[in-house]
Order: sequence, then structure tokens, then C-alpha cells
Amino acid sequence: MKDFMFIFRGPSPEDLNMTPEQSQASMQKWFDWIGQLSAKGVYGGGDPLMRQGKTIQGKKPVVTDGPFAEGKELLGGYFIIKAESLEKATELAFGFPDFDTQGSVEIREIMKIPMQ
Amino acid sequence: MKQLPGESSQQLVDHLFRHEAGKMIAVLTRIFGIHNLELVEDTVQETFLKALQVWKYRQVPDNPSAWLMQVARNQTIDLIRRQQKMSGISEELAIRLRSDTEHTIEEFFLDTEIADSQLRMIFTCCHPALNPEDQVALTLKTVSGFGVTEIAKALVSTETTIQKRIYRAKEYIKKHSIRFEIPVGVALQDRLSTVYTVLYLLFNEGYNSVKADELIRHDLCAEAMRLCKLLSEHAVGSHPSTYALLSLMCFQASRFDSRIGEDNTIILLQQQDRSKWDQELIRMGYHFLNRSSDGNQLSVYHIESAIAAEHCLSPDFDSTNWKSLLYLYDCLLERKPIPIVRLNRAILLAQLDDLPAAIDAIVDIEDIDDLLQHHYIYSAVLGDLYGRAGNVAEARRLLEMAYRLTASLAEKKLLREKLNALP
Repeated sequence: MKDFMFIFRGPSPEDLNMTPEQSQASMQKWFDWIGQLSAKGVYGGGDPLMRQGKTIQGKKPVVTDGPFAEGKELLGGYFIIKAESLEKATELAFGFPDFDTQGSVEIREIMKIPMQ
Repeated sequence: MKQLPGESSQQLVDHLFRHEAGKMIAVLTRIFGIHNLELVEDTVQETFLKALQVWKYRQVPDNPSAWLMQVARNQTIDLIRRQQKMSGISEELAIRLRSDTEHTIEEFFLDTEIADSQLRMIFTCCHPALNPEDQVALTLKTVSGFGVTEIAKALVSTETTIQKRIYRAKEYIKKHSIRFEIPVGVALQDRLSTVYTVLYLLFNEGYNSVKADELIRHDLCAEAMRLCKLLSEHAVGSHPSTYALLSLMCFQASRFDSRIGEDNTIILLQQQDRSKWDQELIRMGYHFLNRSSDGNQLSVYHIESAIAAEHCLSPDFDSTNWKSLLYLYDCLLERKPIPIVRLNRAILLAQLDDLPAAIDAIVDIEDIDDLLQHHYIYSAVLGDLYGRAGNVAEARRLLEMAYRLTASLAEKKLLREKLNALP
């Protein structure tokens, strides 16, 4: 089994302006997805990212305030998922609940370098 | 600290967010004042965003309600601290003032105080100076935690219209400095009766609208019942009339699933499958009806509930106790002399085989010609009665009129059968 990172992008929940009922429905979809992944024994945890952030870049590094990306490009969080191959991991990512609201998932294998 | 969710997916209680939104808005309004409703709503929204982000990736806390309230409370304390920055006092006084504030804020979040705040919110939204339609929209938004889209759907209206109503109500409250409080004495009685009207309106919007979709109609009825129950559980709202209204809603709701046909039209009592009536709700209806009999108050809701109970009591349509119903309708007519009550009373007279009296009672309804031409139920009933009384020409004319007026296929079929049966 290899480890993969699911990287979630999309509009921040505050930009979606959801009603309490919609928020709850959206959350339930996530619970269901995580439930399915856990039942398969492939869910390795995950974390959300705060919206606020800073970026440093340039030859003479300059700090800028976030959010620095377009709404739908905003990095929202990640999961660690166990799968045999990139293809299998991609199949699992189809369960991502926020495609409807312009969300996307990037699937990347976590590189493991033997240190001996 | 990181916990992974278990094997099966987690579930939140139905409408948890909606109900918690109502609670938080009420508590925060009591702290920040009704004129700061926008600030309050934004703060509540932020609380949900936090929950949304954290719970999605982690375990839902053991007590989600308490978690949400805790976040709302912390946000409140932060907001107040920011407003309280004073430069002209000593550090010691500042610290003491801060701890006093926190202590006071904590108290607003006690369960009994939350209920009190929710009641204040209900009473404020039902202020008699507001239009009934604004009262309903504002109640759904601030007490029930519905979003504008959901309200528009539930009331079969547009988002713009709903937004206007809510804005108008909020502006009125601000401009006239309506107090966020529970009225006392006679004012309380008056306000309670407006609250009943709004709750019953809410319930009926859900119960009678065939245009809105099933789910949202159900939500509306359930919400009206929840608020009525909330009212009954608080000392100021625990009145016989509150229980009467609650029991009426239970009896009506018990027939919720049997009263809509496949083509999304109303099935009349006579044709309903009584085995589909929800016995648990009927039981609750009786329970609340019993509680409504304390004291000597007899409200419209008492009578309507007794009528609904009478129907729930009889195993089939033919065993209905028409005599007892007629007495109840006579009582109702005294307080509510409206055409539909007169029509229903006339149907009872016909069930008791007094056709001439039944026909007269309908013909005597004010503006009956207009009603016959625009509402199929009047022409269908009167046409049927004329048919039974042997006046074939009138029967045919009215039944055909009803046939044109109704959109329901089931009704059309029924009317066609009646027309064919005429000699």
C-alpha cells in the first residue's frame, strides 16, 4: 500500500453563503464519505486549513497576505489515503462531496525515500 | 489529540443546525440588542463555518449543541472585549470589568435563559404592528433558522419578496425601538393570540399548499409544532389555548401522508385511507387536548381540535358522529363566521339527512355566487347536494362548473362519476 494525499480546493464555505440546513447537509456528505473510506480501512486522517495565511516569494522575498488565490482555487484541506496505485486512489477520490460547488481534488502520491 | 472517525459514518440530529441557529440568534440578540440583528446573524454564521471546517475532518464532538454554543459564546466575549477597550482606567479595574462581563455573558447561555431568549424572539417577531406575512418570514428566518431560499420555497414565493419582507420587518423593529421582551399582563394575552395566529399560519402554509414540495411542506408543519411545543413548555406560554393549538396540529399532522394523492392533490377526508393516519400523533393530540381543558378558556383552537379529534375517533367515514360534529361547528361558527366553516357545517346537515337545510345554508353564504364560480369545492358540494335532492338541472350545471375549476385528476374523475349518475 502506498500513501496518497488528497488535496482539496474550492470556494471557502463562507463564500458559499449556505443556510444552516445546507451546511448540515454538506457536512453529512463529508461524514458519509469519510465513513466509507474508514470502512475500507484506507482513511489516514486529514486536516482543514485556516483561510488566513501569508505568502513569501521573490528574489528579494516579499511577504503578502492571504487569501492569495482565486476563490475556487483556495486550498481547503487534505486527507491521507492508503491505496495500491494512483489509479485506485483516484477512484476513491470520486466520493469527494463538493464537485457541485466548484470544488476539486488533487491526488498525489507521497514520495517515500529510503534513508539508508 | 487527533481522533479518527469510526467505521460507520457519523450522523447529526435532523435539523440540528437550524434549531441551534434559532437558539444562538435569540441568545445573541439578547446580548447585542435587536437593533444589531445583522451582527448577530453574521456571528452565528461564523460559528457554523467553524463547525463545518473542524467537524468535517474530525470527530463530531459528543455534544454538538454545547460545542456550537461554546464557540458562539467565545465569539461574543471577543466582540464585547473589542468594544470595551477603555484607556482611562487602571489595569486592575479593566481586569475586573472584563471578568464581570464574562460572568454576565455566561449566564445568558444557561439553558433556562436560552429558552427565555427564544421566547422573546418569538414574541418580537409576532409583534402586532408587523404585517402577518412579514411576521411569518421573520419568524422562519430568526426563530427557526431557515434561509431565504428555504423560506421562499416553503411559502411558494420568490427570494426577492422574502428578502423584502424580512428587511421591512427588521427596519420597523429598529425604527420603532420594539423591545426584545416578553410582554406582561393583558399585553401578554394579546401577544399570545398573535403568536398562535402566526404559528397556525405557518402550519397551514405547510399543510395546505400543494404547490410546495413535500419535504419543505413537512418541515414547515414540524417547525410550527416545535415552536408551539416550546411555547407550551415555558411558564408564560403554558396556557390552555397553547395546548389546544398544539393538539390541533397533532391531529391534522397525523393525516399528513394520507391527504395528498399521487397527482399531488388533496384527498378529501371521505376518501382517505385511515390506516395511514399516524397513531402516535393522534395519541399526542389527545394528550395535549386533555391538557387544554384546564380552566374555563374556550378558544377557536379548542373547538377545531375537538372537531379534528372527532374525525380521528371514528374508524371509518360512515361511523362519524355527525351530531356531535354539528354541535362543534355551531360553536365554531359563532367565533369564526367564514364561508368555509359554513360550507363544512352544511355538509354535516346533509350527512344528517337534512338536505333542504344543507342547501339553504350554502345558498345563504355571503358572496356565494362568486365562491361557486371560483372555488371548485363550493360548486362540487352544492352540485352534489342538488343531485341528491333531485334538482338535476342545477346539479349538472354546478358539477360541470366544478369539473372545469379543479386541476386534480382524482377530483375530475369523482365529479365525472357523479355527473354520469345523474338521471
